[in-house]
Amino acid sequence: MNTFSDSLSLAAGLVTHFDPKLVEIVLLSLRVSLTATVLSACIGLPIGAAIAVGRFSGRQALTVVLNALMGLPPVVVGLVVYLLLSRAGPLGMFGILFTPTAMIVAQTILITPIIAALSRQIVADAWGEYREQLLSLGAPTRVAVLTLLWDTRFSLAIVLLAGFGRAIAEVGAVMIVGGNIDGVTRVMTTTIALETSKGDLPLALALGLVLIALVLIVNALAQYTRDWARVRYG
Amino acid sequence: MADPDRATGLPIACAGIAIERNGTRILHGVDLTIVRGTCTLILGPNGSGKSTLLRVLHGLLTPSAGTITWGGAPTRPGGHAMVFQRAVLLRRSAAANIRYALDLAGVRGAEADARIDDALGEVGLRPLAARSARVLSGGEQQRLALARAWALRPEALFLDEPTASLDPKASRAVEEIVRGIHARGTTIVMTTHNLAQAKRLARDVVFLQEGRLVEQSPAHEFFNAPRTTEAAAFLEGERL
Repeated sequence: MNTFSDSLSLAAGLVTHFDPKLVEIVLLSLRVSLTATVLSACIGLPIGAAIAVGRFSGRQALTVVLNALMGLPPVVVGLVVYLLLSRAGPLGMFGILFTPTAMIVAQTILITPIIAALSRQIVADAWGEYREQLLSLGAPTRVAVLTLLWDTRFSLAIVLLAGFGRAIAEVGAVMIVGGNIDGVTRVMTTTIALETSKGDLPLALALGLVLIALVLIVNALAQYTRDWARVRYG
Repeated sequence: MADPDRATGLPIACAGIAIERNGTRILHGVDLTIVRGTCTLILGPNGSGKSTLLRVLHGLLTPSAGTITWGGAPTRPGGHAMVFQRAVLLRRSAAANIRYALDLAGVRGAEADARIDDALGEVGLRPLAARSARVLSGGEQQRLALARAWALRPEALFLDEPTASLDPKASRAVEEIVRGIHARGTTIVMTTHNLAQAKRLARDVVFLQEGRLVEQSPAHEFFNAPRTTEAAAFLEGERL
């Protein structure tokens, strides 16, 4: 039996038997990435909607910057957050470096531009369609923005799923600010990197399988949401 | 009938209205008065500025030059409503679309419930109250847009080619609804390409050509003895 099939067999065993270590890593990964996604939604959706609806100088430039930030390199984000949170850094007094909180901060910074930029485009398209009707009905800007966010909720849900997918699959930033400490900040991607370098392939493969399954579930959910909303709400 | 508490925005008086967009003049010095109770049809060839003028009258567009007043005031009143060529409906039920508009107008509770039921009944959509608005047919969507406008009890209703994308049966249904709303005292201002429809609905006609108001006259005069050669040519179909 070759190494790959051996490892795959052991990995399948770890997954099917809910290996405690595996489960702990998966749960931490989900906690960190889901929290980052929720925080990014709270920040990114209003920013995206405000840029889509607002008329202010520098709006085009802001859109360009926002779109560019979608490609933020995770290791650079990790480095910046590390410098901010390190003992000598401006936010060092909080003492959260090498904790899941630091990883949440890094992932939030990483995916907020994605959520803001994609939601800006979606809300801008809807604004183009609804603008005159909402103005005709006398909707104040704040109400119009909330209406647009609610009416595009299914498209925005897909944006959030995309953000979550980016967060959970990210390795560079969480490795730097989390430190990959066993039992504390070790998530799926950092464990895969570590175990592979150590030659312990079964755990790395098992986590890889879970990660791929999660990505598949997220994409299936996005597809289902899109199709269901089209049939139900037009 | 129109809500007397909101009846403050008539007559609408335009003086020398001009609209310019990207260096192009769309309207040239339009003088026009819309008085209470009329049913005015704005006619003209494609690109003559009908929809633009309608948006100015509703306060959606600010003129580049000239003045407009609603009931003597320079600010757009709340008691007017507009229905667009393509119904713009929110992704929620038919009833919730009307409730949304009423909520913005400050009408809530039992009064809102009664108006929703009345408006849906008026346009024959009561059985579809819980149906998602965006999955209704084109004709049903336009009737719902009219119901939403009617629920506001507007003193003036602006209609921008509301039947342009509908089949003849759906068009007639919309016409009947418009006629009913007008009969209850709402002032109607409407654009259309359909001369037969204009003849059926209009009391007054405003004829535009290349952004200029060429003729404004009672409907029977306009259709039987137009005063200008442009209007006569339009009626003969030369400019359609």
